Amino acid sequence: MLTGLWPTPSGSDEYVIGFDAGRAPRVLVVRALFDEGSKLRHFTVETMRRLDAAGVDSFLPDLPGTNESLLPLEQQTLDGWRAAMRAAANHFGATHVLAIRGGALVAPGHLPNIHYAPASGASLLRAMLRAQVIAAREAGEAQSREDLLERGRSEGLRLAGYNLGPDMVAELEQASPGESDAVEIAQGDVGGGGLWLRAEPAHDPVQADRIAELAMGHLR
Amino acid sequence: MATNLPAPTEQAEDIDLVLRQVLADVLGLSAERIAALDSDSGLFGDLPELDSMAVAGLLTELEDRLDIIIDDEDVDGEMLETFGGLLAFLQAKRADG
Repeated sequence: MLTGLWPTPSGSDEYVIGFDAGRAPRVLVVRALFDEGSKLRHFTVETMRRLDAAGVDSFLPDLPGTNESLLPLEQQTLDGWRAAMRAAANHFGATHVLAIRGGALVAPGHLPNIHYAPASGASLLRAMLRAQVIAAREAGEAQSREDLLERGRSEGLRLAGYNLGPDMVAELEQASPGESDAVEIAQGDVGGGGLWLRAEPAHDPVQADRIAELAMGHLR
Repeated sequence: MATNLPAPTEQAEDIDLVLRQVLADVLGLSAERIAALDSDSGLFGDLPELDSMAVAGLLTELEDRLDIIIDDEDVDGEMLETFGGLLAFLQAKRADG
Protein backbone atom coordinates (compact mmCIF):
# COMPACT_ATOMS: atom_id res chain seq x y z
CA MET A 1 0.00 0.00 0.00
CA LEU A 2 1.30 3.44 -0.89
CA THR A 3 0.65 6.66 0.98
CA GLY A 4 1.62 10.07 -0.29
CA LEU A 5 0.51 13.50 -1.36
CA TRP A 6 -1.03 14.84 -4.54
CA PRO A 7 -1.49 18.45 -5.70
CA THR A 8 -5.02 19.91 -5.86
CA PRO A 9 -6.05 22.66 -8.33
CA SER A 10 -6.30 25.14 -5.44
CA GLY A 11 -2.61 24.69 -4.62
CA SER A 12 -2.83 22.51 -1.50
CA ASP A 13 -1.28 19.06 -1.22
CA GLU A 14 -3.64 16.36 -0.03
CA TYR A 15 -3.11 12.85 1.32
CA VAL A 16 -3.75 9.69 -0.66
CA ILE A 17 -3.55 5.98 0.03
CA GLY A 18 -3.55 3.51 -2.78
CA PHE A 19 -2.18 0.42 -4.47
CA ASP A 20 0.06 1.30 -7.42
CA ALA A 21 1.99 -1.36 -9.31
CA GLY A 22 1.76 0.39 -12.67
CA ARG A 23 -1.12 -1.85 -13.72
CA ALA A 24 -4.23 -1.12 -15.74
CA PRO A 25 -7.06 -0.58 -15.02
CA ARG A 26 -6.36 2.19 -12.52
CA VAL A 27 -9.32 3.12 -10.35
CA LEU A 28 -9.90 6.45 -8.65
CA VAL A 29 -11.97 5.72 -5.54
CA VAL A 30 -14.14 8.64 -4.43
CA ARG A 31 -15.04 8.27 -0.77
CA ALA A 32 -18.46 8.71 0.80
CA LEU A 33 -19.16 12.15 2.26
CA PHE A 34 -19.21 13.46 5.83
CA ASP A 35 -19.94 10.91 8.58
CA GLU A 36 -20.59 8.18 6.02
CA GLY A 37 -17.04 8.74 4.77
CA SER A 38 -15.63 8.06 8.24
CA LYS A 39 -17.88 5.06 8.83
CA LEU A 40 -16.98 3.49 5.49
CA ARG A 41 -13.25 4.27 5.42
CA HIS A 42 -12.03 0.89 6.68
CA PHE A 43 -14.51 -0.91 4.44
CA THR A 44 -13.43 1.22 1.45
CA VAL A 45 -9.76 0.40 1.97
CA GLU A 46 -10.60 -3.31 2.39
CA THR A 47 -12.45 -3.20 -0.94
CA MET A 48 -9.32 -1.63 -2.51
CA ARG A 49 -7.20 -4.48 -1.08
CA ARG A 50 -9.43 -6.90 -2.96
CA LEU A 51 -9.04 -4.92 -6.20
CA ASP A 52 -5.27 -5.02 -5.62
CA ALA A 53 -5.40 -8.79 -5.17
CA ALA A 54 -7.35 -9.00 -8.43
CA GLY A 55 -4.57 -7.08 -10.23
CA VAL A 56 -6.09 -3.59 -10.28
CA ASP A 57 -4.46 -0.36 -9.06
CA SER A 58 -6.59 2.02 -7.02
CA PHE A 59 -6.24 5.39 -5.29
CA LEU A 60 -8.21 6.95 -2.46
CA PRO A 61 -7.43 10.68 -2.28
CA ASP A 62 -8.65 12.86 0.57
CA LEU A 63 -11.30 15.36 -0.37
CA PRO A 64 -9.88 18.79 0.56
CA GLY A 65 -11.09 19.72 4.04
CA THR A 66 -11.57 16.07 5.13
CA ASN A 67 -9.48 13.39 6.85
CA GLU A 68 -5.80 14.55 6.91
CA SER A 69 -6.46 17.77 4.99
CA LEU A 70 -5.29 21.03 6.55
CA LEU A 71 -7.94 23.09 4.76
CA PRO A 72 -11.09 24.21 6.63
CA LEU A 73 -14.12 22.14 5.66
CA GLU A 74 -16.45 25.15 5.81
CA GLN A 75 -14.66 26.64 2.79
CA GLN A 76 -15.14 23.54 0.62
CA THR A 77 -17.84 23.16 -2.02
CA LEU A 78 -19.08 20.25 -4.10
CA ASP A 79 -17.78 22.11 -7.17
CA GLY A 80 -14.36 22.38 -5.56
CA TRP A 81 -14.38 18.66 -4.68
CA ARG A 82 -15.38 17.83 -8.25
CA ALA A 83 -12.41 19.83 -9.57
CA ALA A 84 -10.12 18.17 -7.01
CA MET A 85 -11.24 14.65 -7.96
CA ARG A 86 -10.80 15.43 -11.65
CA ALA A 87 -7.25 16.65 -10.90
CA ALA A 88 -6.58 13.50 -8.85
CA ALA A 89 -7.83 11.32 -11.71
CA ASN A 90 -5.38 13.04 -14.06
CA HIS A 91 -2.53 12.97 -11.54
CA PHE A 92 -2.84 9.22 -10.97
CA GLY A 93 -3.67 8.38 -14.58
CA ALA A 94 -6.99 6.82 -13.56
CA THR A 95 -8.92 4.85 -16.19
CA HIS A 96 -12.08 4.29 -14.11
CA VAL A 97 -13.90 5.77 -11.11
CA LEU A 98 -15.47 3.87 -8.22
CA ALA A 99 -17.60 6.33 -6.22
CA ILE A 100 -19.17 5.36 -2.92
CA ARG A 101 -22.52 6.81 -1.75
CA GLY A 102 -22.29 10.64 -1.87
CA GLY A 103 -18.93 10.36 -3.60
CA ALA A 104 -20.98 9.94 -6.78
CA LEU A 105 -21.88 13.64 -6.46
CA VAL A 106 -18.27 14.72 -6.99
CA ALA A 107 -16.91 11.92 -9.20
CA PRO A 108 -15.16 13.03 -12.41
CA GLY A 109 -17.57 12.40 -15.28
CA HIS A 110 -14.97 12.14 -18.07
CA LEU A 111 -14.06 8.56 -17.09
CA PRO A 112 -16.24 5.42 -16.93
CA ASN A 113 -17.95 5.52 -13.53
CA ILE A 114 -19.12 2.79 -11.16
CA HIS A 115 -21.36 4.11 -8.37
CA TYR A 116 -21.93 2.01 -5.24
CA ALA A 117 -25.29 2.86 -3.59
CA PRO A 118 -25.22 6.48 -4.81
CA ALA A 119 -26.89 9.00 -2.48
CA SER A 120 -28.41 12.36 -3.31
CA GLY A 121 -27.18 15.47 -1.52
CA ALA A 122 -30.70 16.08 -0.25
CA SER A 123 -30.86 12.70 1.52
CA LEU A 124 -27.43 13.20 3.17
CA LEU A 125 -28.49 16.65 4.30
CA ARG A 126 -31.85 15.35 5.59
CA ALA A 127 -30.15 12.76 7.83
CA MET A 128 -27.65 15.30 9.18
CA LEU A 129 -30.34 17.92 9.85
CA ARG A 130 -32.46 15.35 11.65
CA ALA A 131 -29.50 14.26 13.79
CA GLN A 132 -28.94 17.90 14.76
CA VAL A 133 -32.61 18.34 15.72
CA ILE A 134 -32.54 15.15 17.84
CA ALA A 135 -29.27 16.15 19.56
CA ALA A 136 -30.68 19.62 20.30
CA ARG A 137 -33.85 18.12 21.71
CA GLU A 138 -31.81 15.90 24.03
CA ALA A 139 -30.14 19.07 25.26
CA GLY A 140 -33.59 20.56 25.91
CA GLU A 141 -33.50 22.89 22.91
CA ALA A 142 -36.18 23.09 20.24
CA GLN A 143 -34.92 23.39 16.67
CA SER A 144 -36.60 22.62 13.38
CA ARG A 145 -35.06 21.29 10.19
CA GLU A 146 -36.60 24.17 8.24
CA ASP A 147 -35.04 26.85 10.45
CA LEU A 148 -31.67 25.10 10.44
CA LEU A 149 -31.72 24.81 6.67
CA GLU A 150 -32.60 28.46 6.24
CA ARG A 151 -29.73 29.47 8.50
CA GLY A 152 -27.44 27.05 6.65
CA ARG A 153 -28.21 28.63 3.31
CA SER A 154 -27.33 32.12 4.53
CA GLU A 155 -24.47 31.59 7.00
CA GLY A 156 -23.51 27.91 6.92
CA LEU A 157 -24.16 25.28 9.58
CA ARG A 158 -22.39 22.82 11.87
CA LEU A 159 -24.14 19.47 11.35
CA ALA A 160 -23.17 16.19 13.02
CA GLY A 161 -19.80 17.77 13.78
CA TYR A 162 -19.19 18.90 10.20
CA ASN A 163 -18.95 22.60 9.38
CA LEU A 164 -20.78 23.19 6.11
CA GLY A 165 -20.50 26.57 4.39
CA PRO A 166 -23.56 28.21 2.82
CA ASP A 167 -22.50 27.21 -0.71
CA MET A 168 -22.08 23.57 0.36
CA VAL A 169 -25.56 23.54 1.95
CA ALA A 170 -27.13 25.01 -1.20
CA GLU A 171 -25.26 22.57 -3.47
CA LEU A 172 -26.25 19.56 -1.34
CA GLU A 173 -29.92 20.48 -1.61
CA GLN A 174 -29.69 20.22 -5.40
CA ALA A 175 -27.01 17.58 -6.00
CA SER A 176 -28.16 14.29 -7.45
CA PRO A 177 -26.06 11.46 -8.91
CA GLY A 178 -28.87 10.79 -11.39
CA GLU A 179 -27.83 12.19 -14.74
CA SER A 180 -24.57 10.30 -15.39
CA ASP A 181 -23.93 7.18 -17.50
CA ALA A 182 -22.53 5.41 -14.46
CA VAL A 183 -22.95 1.70 -13.82
CA GLU A 184 -24.70 1.31 -10.48
CA ILE A 185 -24.00 -1.31 -7.82
CA ALA A 186 -27.08 -1.29 -5.60
CA GLN A 187 -27.04 -2.56 -2.01
CA GLY A 188 -29.45 -5.29 -3.09
CA ASP A 189 -26.76 -6.60 -5.49
CA VAL A 190 -24.26 -6.71 -2.63
CA GLY A 191 -26.54 -8.25 0.01
CA GLY A 192 -26.80 -7.41 3.71
CA GLY A 193 -27.41 -3.98 5.16
CA GLY A 194 -25.52 -0.92 3.91
CA LEU A 195 -22.64 -0.27 6.32
CA TRP A 196 -23.25 3.50 6.21
CA LEU A 197 -26.38 2.81 8.27
CA ARG A 198 -24.35 1.38 11.13
CA ALA A 199 -24.16 3.36 14.33
CA GLU A 200 -20.43 2.54 14.54
CA PRO A 201 -17.85 2.22 11.75
CA ALA A 202 -17.93 -1.38 10.58
CA HIS A 203 -16.38 -3.72 8.06
CA ASP A 204 -17.94 -6.71 6.34
CA PRO A 205 -15.51 -8.94 4.40
CA VAL A 206 -18.35 -10.62 2.48
CA GLN A 207 -19.70 -7.29 1.23
CA ALA A 208 -16.20 -6.05 0.33
CA ASP A 209 -15.60 -9.26 -1.67
CA ARG A 210 -18.86 -8.80 -3.48
CA ILE A 211 -18.34 -5.12 -4.38
CA ALA A 212 -14.83 -5.83 -5.66
CA GLU A 213 -16.18 -8.75 -7.70
CA LEU A 214 -19.01 -6.65 -9.18
CA ALA A 215 -16.63 -3.75 -9.88
CA MET A 216 -14.16 -6.10 -11.61
CA GLY A 217 -16.95 -7.10 -13.97
CA HIS A 218 -17.12 -3.49 -15.18
CA LEU A 219 -13.39 -2.78 -15.33
CA ARG A 220 -12.34 -5.08 -18.13
CA MET B 1 -49.51 -7.75 -9.45
CA ALA B 2 -52.80 -7.79 -7.55
CA THR B 3 -52.73 -9.28 -4.10
CA ASN B 4 -55.59 -10.81 -2.16
CA LEU B 5 -53.77 -11.00 1.15
CA PRO B 6 -55.78 -9.77 4.13
CA ALA B 7 -54.09 -6.40 4.36
CA PRO B 8 -54.28 -5.19 8.00
CA THR B 9 -52.66 -8.09 9.85
CA GLU B 10 -50.15 -8.81 7.08
CA GLN B 11 -49.15 -5.17 7.09
CA ALA B 12 -48.61 -5.10 10.85
CA GLU B 13 -46.29 -8.10 10.50
CA ASP B 14 -44.50 -6.45 7.58
CA ILE B 15 -43.80 -3.34 9.62
CA ASP B 16 -42.47 -5.47 12.48
CA LEU B 17 -40.17 -7.21 10.01
CA VAL B 18 -38.95 -3.98 8.40
CA LEU B 19 -38.24 -2.46 11.83
CA ARG B 20 -36.22 -5.52 12.91
CA GLN B 21 -34.31 -5.47 9.62
CA VAL B 22 -33.46 -1.76 9.87
CA LEU B 23 -32.40 -2.16 13.52
CA ALA B 24 -30.18 -5.06 12.46
CA ASP B 25 -28.61 -2.88 9.76
CA VAL B 26 -28.08 0.09 12.09
CA LEU B 27 -26.87 -1.82 15.15
CA GLY B 28 -25.12 -4.69 13.40
CA LEU B 29 -26.88 -7.17 15.69
CA SER B 30 -27.04 -10.90 15.06
CA ALA B 31 -30.25 -12.48 13.78
CA GLU B 32 -30.72 -14.11 17.21
CA ARG B 33 -30.55 -10.83 19.10
CA ILE B 34 -32.85 -9.14 16.59
CA ALA B 35 -35.39 -11.97 16.83
CA ALA B 36 -35.28 -11.71 20.63
CA LEU B 37 -36.43 -8.05 20.66
CA ASP B 38 -39.86 -7.74 22.25
CA SER B 39 -42.08 -4.74 22.91
CA ASP B 40 -40.31 -3.93 26.21
CA SER B 41 -36.80 -4.07 24.74
CA GLY B 42 -35.10 -0.72 25.33
CA LEU B 43 -33.75 1.27 22.39
CA PHE B 44 -32.68 4.93 22.68
CA GLY B 45 -31.14 5.37 26.11
CA ASP B 46 -30.44 1.65 26.59
CA LEU B 47 -28.16 1.18 23.61
CA PRO B 48 -25.19 3.54 23.86
CA GLU B 49 -24.30 3.18 20.17
CA LEU B 50 -27.70 4.59 19.24
CA ASP B 51 -26.63 8.25 19.25
CA SER B 52 -28.41 11.12 17.49
CA MET B 53 -26.74 10.45 14.12
CA ALA B 54 -27.64 6.75 14.31
CA VAL B 55 -31.23 7.54 15.28
CA ALA B 56 -31.43 9.99 12.37
CA GLY B 57 -30.17 7.28 10.01
CA LEU B 58 -32.63 4.78 11.51
CA LEU B 59 -35.63 7.09 11.04
CA THR B 60 -34.58 8.14 7.54
CA GLU B 61 -34.20 4.50 6.49
CA LEU B 62 -37.61 3.64 8.01
CA GLU B 63 -39.15 6.51 6.05
CA ASP B 64 -37.67 5.20 2.80
CA ARG B 65 -38.61 1.56 3.38
CA LEU B 66 -42.12 2.18 4.71
CA ASP B 67 -42.89 5.16 2.49
CA ILE B 68 -43.87 7.39 5.41
CA ILE B 69 -42.79 10.85 6.57
CA ILE B 70 -41.69 11.21 10.17
CA ASP B 71 -41.96 14.82 11.38
CA ASP B 72 -39.51 16.31 13.87
CA GLU B 73 -42.42 16.79 16.30
CA ASP B 74 -43.12 13.03 16.24
CA VAL B 75 -39.66 12.20 17.54
CA ASP B 76 -39.59 12.11 21.31
CA GLY B 77 -38.24 9.97 24.12
CA GLU B 78 -41.38 7.88 24.39
CA MET B 79 -41.50 6.99 20.71
CA LEU B 80 -37.86 5.88 20.75
CA GLU B 81 -37.74 4.33 24.22
CA THR B 82 -38.74 0.77 23.40
CA PHE B 83 -39.10 -1.53 20.41
CA GLY B 84 -42.87 -1.73 21.09
CA GLY B 85 -43.21 2.06 21.26
CA LEU B 86 -41.45 2.60 17.95
CA LEU B 87 -43.40 -0.23 16.31
CA ALA B 88 -46.74 1.20 17.50
CA PHE B 89 -45.73 4.62 16.18
CA LEU B 90 -44.84 3.21 12.75
CA GLN B 91 -48.08 1.21 12.56
CA ALA B 92 -50.12 4.31 13.39
CA LYS B 93 -48.15 6.30 10.82
CA ARG B 94 -48.81 3.73 8.11
CA ALA B 95 -52.51 3.59 9.01
CA ASP B 96 -52.72 7.40 8.66
CA GLY B 97 -51.00 7.40 5.30
